[in-house]
Amino acid sequence: MSATGATAEVAPAVAQQGRPAGFGYILLAEWTKIRSVRSTVWSLVIYVIVTLGLSALLTWATVHAVQTGRTPRNTDVLADPSAVILHTGLLLGQLAIAVLGVLVMTTEYSTGVIRASLLAVPKRLRVLVAKCIVFAVLIFVVSEIISFCTFFIGAAIVHPVTVVSLNQPDVTRAVIGTGLYLTVLGLFALAIGALIRHTAGGIAIVIGLVLVVGPLLGLLDPYGWGKHVHSWFPTTAGGFITSVQPEDFQTLSPWQGFGVFCGWTALLLVIGGYLLRRRDA
Amino acid sequence: MIEVRNLTKRFGNKVAVDHLSFSVNPGQVTGFLGPNGAGKSTTMRLILGLDHATSGSATIFGKHYADLANPLRTVGALLEAKSVHGGRSARNHLLFLAQSQGLPARRVDEMLDLVGLRDVAGKRARSYSLGMSQRLGVAAALLGDPHVLLLDEPVNGLDPEGVLWIRNLMKHLASQGKTVLVSSHLMNEMAVTADHLVVIGRGRLIAAAPTAEVVARGSGQSVRVRTPDADRLTALITDAGGSVIPGSNGGPGGDPGDKTPMLTVTGLPAARIGQLAASSAIVLHELTPQLATLEDAFLELTSDSLEFGHRSADVPAQTIDGSVR
Repeated sequence: MSATGATAEVAPAVAQQGRPAGFGYILLAEWTKIRSVRSTVWSLVIYVIVTLGLSALLTWATVHAVQTGRTPRNTDVLADPSAVILHTGLLLGQLAIAVLGVLVMTTEYSTGVIRASLLAVPKRLRVLVAKCIVFAVLIFVVSEIISFCTFFIGAAIVHPVTVVSLNQPDVTRAVIGTGLYLTVLGLFALAIGALIRHTAGGIAIVIGLVLVVGPLLGLLDPYGWGKHVHSWFPTTAGGFITSVQPEDFQTLSPWQGFGVFCGWTALLLVIGGYLLRRRDA
Repeated sequence: MIEVRNLTKRFGNKVAVDHLSFSVNPGQVTGFLGPNGAGKSTTMRLILGLDHATSGSATIFGKHYADLANPLRTVGALLEAKSVHGGRSARNHLLFLAQSQGLPARRVDEMLDLVGLRDVAGKRARSYSLGMSQRLGVAAALLGDPHVLLLDEPVNGLDPEGVLWIRNLMKHLASQGKTVLVSSHLMNEMAVTADHLVVIGRGRLIAAAPTAEVVARGSGQSVRVRTPDADRLTALITDAGGSVIPGSNGGPGGDPGDKTPMLTVTGLPAARIGQLAASSAIVLHELTPQLATLEDAFLELTSDSLEFGHRSADVPAQTIDGSVR
């Protein structure tokens, strides 16, 4: 086969290659990527153990304190048992989800897989969108299951001293909301990973925002403008949906707060997508 | 078919690729040659759309990489930089690439067989030796049975067996009518692999021509002549349009006991010099064509990249073969 002959035969074949493999194939590829690394499995295992374990342990400890009379009976566990059940595990469990969110994006860069990914799918936004969808669905399914498990276990533990059930006002919303909060938190962390592109930096920023900056804003004047700043902070606003009883400083409804969190996350993802397209990979 | 037109890439003040133009044709192995830091990898990354060009364009079958539908079915690339997650197995690495192109999973096993990684396909990639990693990279590049292959320093760090494997693979693919562009800073490797060469230095084109032509052009082929009658022969050669450097040391190879004067002749082939000598009955003790190696040619070509860059920019059509205009 002569060189010119090859050109003539090959070129039409390439032209015929037609439309790209559908978006479903890219979703499938992202699913293969996320399930085939140990960091995914380990992060989720840690999330499950920490959330269920801490929630059960601390709820039991609180109930035990009430039963033995060492705590006045009007304490938190009686006033808002769902908060004790859901938030004790969430405080640390959410970090596993946040770390996984960062890793899903930054390991692409630290390992160089981003080059393989972008060679396969050079329309870069498709990679980011597919990654977000696959990751969000995974986290949503796992965290909803664990949220309900946490709640039912906790409800059984507090049963001797008080009754909490999904039939009570806002309780179902708080349990479902815990999964929703974790899903968006994961995407929030993924977006920061896309911006920072370095694992250590990304994790430090996300954990700093969740555990340090958010709570620190609570020190601002809680009865003046400070409560607005605190309420509109991404992870704080997102957390409202996980509570049955509103916080003292809360200026947004649970769903409004969740909307604010989604808005922040969407903004970061848009910036991340813009930079992904613009930067050299 | 790869077309690079006026391609320029700046990183801040540094110009990595400077108005580079060349084309890579199907059915042959094209060597992409240049010293380290000449801009070879950057050029490949620009062709593949991983880096954005400051100006100019690089197209594959007339399309930008990003506009190719299912690009891995058109272009396969083996980059020098690692692009595999160390915690992921070879099979899963190839599987996600195959899925992204709508290729069947069966294709993954075919590639694993082809590169001989079937037995270790389930192991994590970080446990692979350099040779195995390179084989995985080749499997990824060939996954979509592409028409165009870009290989960036594919033999770097490979053992002789691996080098031979890559070399034969490239020749085989070219013989199937595929377009193969392979970069290297090893001249000798290119001499035995490439049919055509694109030589760059400091981001600029120095030469683009068939390998043999680059070798010939490189140090301007010369002939070493020893004769007791140096003056008469010099006159004859000069009349015939050649030029003579008298008394230069011809280096090793001559008879060390021979004290006859030695000439280095350029501009005339050895046969013509012999003819001239015979016609005037001049005795020759030695008549040796000095064949430049690709290495000589390369070193001379790149010794002053700036000068040659200007030359090729000014008169590329005359000095370089027809594929570069």
